[in-house]
Amino acid sequence: MGKTLIEELDMSKFTEEVIKAYPSKVAKKRAKSIVVNDPDSIPQIQSNVRTIPGIITQRGCTYAGCKGVVLGPTRDIINITHGPIGCGFYSWLTRRNQTRADKPEMDNFIPYTFSTDMQDSNIVFGGEEKLKVAIREAIELFNPKGIAIFSTCPVGLIGDDVHRVARQMKEEFPGVNIFGFSCEGYRGVSQSAGHHIANNGLYKHLIGNNDNYVRKNKYAVNVLGEYNIGGDAFVIEDLFERIGVDIVATMSGNSTLEQFETAHTADFSLVMCHRSINYVAEMLETSFGIPWAKANFIGAEATAKTLRKVGQYFGDQELIDRIEVVIADEMIAVTAAAEKAKTKTTGKTVMMFVGGSRAHHYQELFSELGMETLVAGYEFGHRDDYEGRRVIPTIKIDADSRNIEEITVYPDATRYNPRKSEEELAQLKEAFDIEFNEYKGMMNDMKKGTLVVDDLSHHEMEKLVEMYKPDVFCAGIKEKYVVQKMGIPMKQLHNYDNGGPYAAFAGAINFYKDIEMIACSTIFKQMKAPWEMEEVLEAEYVFN
Amino acid sequence: MLLRHTTAKEIDRKALTINPAKTCQPVGAMYAALGIHGCLPHSHGSQGCCSYHRSALSRHFREPIMAGTSSFSEGSSVFGGSANLVQAIDTMFTIYKPEVIAVHTTCLSETIGDDLTQIISKANDDGCVPEGKQVIYCNTPSYVGTHVTGYSNQVAAFIKFFSTATPKKRNVINIAAGWMEPSDQREIKRLTQVMEARTILFPDFTDVLDAPLDGHYKMYPTGGTTIADMKLTGDSKFTLGLGQSSTEDACIKLENKCKVKFEVLDIPIGFKATDRFLMSLSRHANLPIPQSLSDERGRLIDLISDSSKYLYGKRVALFGDPDTLIPLTEFLVSMDMKPVYIVTGTPSKYFTERMTEILKDIPEAKFKSGEMADMFQLHQWIKQEGVDLLIGNTYGKYIARDENIPFIRFGFPIADRPGHNYFAKTGYDGGANLVKQIMDGFLDHFDRTCLEEKVEWQL
Repeated sequence: MGKTLIEELDMSKFTEEVIKAYPSKVAKKRAKSIVVNDPDSIPQIQSNVRTIPGIITQRGCTYAGCKGVVLGPTRDIINITHGPIGCGFYSWLTRRNQTRADKPEMDNFIPYTFSTDMQDSNIVFGGEEKLKVAIREAIELFNPKGIAIFSTCPVGLIGDDVHRVARQMKEEFPGVNIFGFSCEGYRGVSQSAGHHIANNGLYKHLIGNNDNYVRKNKYAVNVLGEYNIGGDAFVIEDLFERIGVDIVATMSGNSTLEQFETAHTADFSLVMCHRSINYVAEMLETSFGIPWAKANFIGAEATAKTLRKVGQYFGDQELIDRIEVVIADEMIAVTAAAEKAKTKTTGKTVMMFVGGSRAHHYQELFSELGMETLVAGYEFGHRDDYEGRRVIPTIKIDADSRNIEEITVYPDATRYNPRKSEEELAQLKEAFDIEFNEYKGMMNDMKKGTLVVDDLSHHEMEKLVEMYKPDVFCAGIKEKYVVQKMGIPMKQLHNYDNGGPYAAFAGAINFYKDIEMIACSTIFKQMKAPWEMEEVLEAEYVFN
Repeated sequence: MLLRHTTAKEIDRKALTINPAKTCQPVGAMYAALGIHGCLPHSHGSQGCCSYHRSALSRHFREPIMAGTSSFSEGSSVFGGSANLVQAIDTMFTIYKPEVIAVHTTCLSETIGDDLTQIISKANDDGCVPEGKQVIYCNTPSYVGTHVTGYSNQVAAFIKFFSTATPKKRNVINIAAGWMEPSDQREIKRLTQVMEARTILFPDFTDVLDAPLDGHYKMYPTGGTTIADMKLTGDSKFTLGLGQSSTEDACIKLENKCKVKFEVLDIPIGFKATDRFLMSLSRHANLPIPQSLSDERGRLIDLISDSSKYLYGKRVALFGDPDTLIPLTEFLVSMDMKPVYIVTGTPSKYFTERMTEILKDIPEAKFKSGEMADMFQLHQWIKQEGVDLLIGNTYGKYIARDENIPFIRFGFPIADRPGHNYFAKTGYDGGANLVKQIMDGFLDHFDRTCLEEKVEWQL
């Protein structure tokens, strides 16, 4: 048997090669974040540690994780950024969280950004008064159901207490739910800290506030960690409508305040982006007895598997039958689209560096196209996202993680109601291999010999492209044009290059088409003028 | 409706900014620093600032935007960012090998009071700055001014750190470029070449933020003002600053430091501002304006005259930055259009003075700069009495769609259309480009929405 592509590339020398350019301390540290995978014996990867100052990183900040990612997509809460203007400006509409308020009179604040626009006098004398005035003005103008306050870097430093302001304003306006987040950009080492802070806030201020969820169907789930980028949540909602299962809350794509408040009435939580929402999933379990399982709607096979998991969980034959009808129905178009695209994509290679789950999920879609993932990594993942939750007890809590409030949650006095008994959960695991409250991580699904790189630096990205020449490179906007200047097509997996939806069956078809388009795009063959096409230049044609 | 909560009824807002017509200082500093050849901008603050600024600039230019960050942690926020910055300087010179690192601060490092002179001198003492390389800095607290202020501060820092006066004066005119596109600068450089004037343009984004796709990624693209040229600005005989709010400070600093006299002009948008630019260049470089430029001007006037019927009396709303709004508004007025609402988040007395003058014959015109001069305000005015055209950055598309008005993209950021870094809006040709866009905007809108019997095939 000949060598596989991955064996042939032999990427085991990458670390040694790439760290040569680094100062020795940096080299030593970065080497721990680059590992050669072995799914049978998953190696430890350093992650969720500080980025070395001066390293050009993909990462953002805590504010971005809290306001931008988790709370941003909800349409009927007014999100006030308390700080100078920039943070509010940059988090305004940039993540493509689509939303659909069905009627014109329904609240939708997504196209707006709100800021206290702190000036130097506010930094010197404090900004709490300005924040209060801003809240009063927001209520006078818009009369929203909820107002969330997000702290930017200077807020924590000058000692403004956004939580006190929130409490006082709530007393002044009892009909409006007002709450604050201490999500200053410098907390934590990446967006991930912001996710955690947001999760805590959702639990403290919203979840459980409203018991009056009216079911349309017998069964109801939450879809957690799905942000409706490019309309992903819309196609998931459509699927659940067709199988006849309610989605009580999506966190937080296309969501409303009411969805958060009633999430505790669901029977089961499906976790898409493990990194950004696993805390809420855990809290719903502990407080209300709602089990959660890892789900994935990225990839047609993965979607089918997730839907079947829902059927198996409820154990209702009618539901199971409906699910099979939907899957069979959808797979006709999916298979046709995949077959068409595969003629162009089979055997091509891809690298992806995105998120805390996307780099894992999208490997499914690429494998459906016959493409091989050579290297993958997260921007802000933790070891459990890579190696699986089994390593959580062994993760050493460092100073940066200790800064983030860890809230202890107890079973709710009146509403704790285990949806499944221990025995039932064990039976489901035994019969259908459903892992509850568990995530096995990305490396479990990656081939032996592939590379895993956490918090990829610009230098490492250049080296990867230069050494292993992928056919497609996936990351975000900051990386896009660098990779393309090197003559490699780049697919953004944060904003989908304005494409999508890519979730579920309809999304898979969109994705196949978009990747086929990339594979068939001819413009990269035109990078040299005819008079520059000398034989001597051939050797340095694509990469310098 | 996208902006369904916006109504005509105004309240006296004092604290809540809604949909700003500005962003914060550091992004301007980062942008300006990209216009120096071999320069790596560095954001001294949390990672998020750098990430947001790089993303905003990448979306706008569709080009690689490289910059470092001090990656502040909670510890550095408490104990100061000195160790982070020294390490960052060492890391960046070792790995990314820039000629110069241009550090700008953020609200975080400013609030805790980091002293950049001291930190950079420590980096030098520690041997983190290789021979012949340099670290420069500017202070860009986000809670003062706007992105325009940050741009201005960075340009002034180039003067502070580079410009040197030697006894040998040169027959060269400096052009301090205000916030504009590489396309706009390419046109300005072409005009100076047609004039046969010797100039140094700084910062210079041509061949940096419009770099060719040739299969080679260059961390430091071929363009940008060289440090050698930047030093020589101190020996030039005169400086033309284009854009008061983004270049006047640099001009003053250069005069104080190297005794180079200056004049601050508008960015040459529209024929009047271009006329003034060419006349000033002619005067200070002591060169005639050739016939070919008179012909270019004539072609623009011809185009406006041909389009006049569609332009006359049209009500326009604009938002953006003072340095582009001033000449743009003047251009609209010079085409007999009516700019009626203008907002900029950048506070500027100069803006108020100039707008008062430019709009003196349009009594219904309203304009506002600084705090609360946001797009919500602009939209409320439009709700009170409509306009025929909206001009501004990408964020204007929500207003344009809701109110069903033609929309011309101008300013920063333009994230939803390509080409603004390719097609100039400066000079006479840039003016023609603008007239064409405005006409296309009006006529495409009319052709789609008019009664069937009103569809015409001629102008």
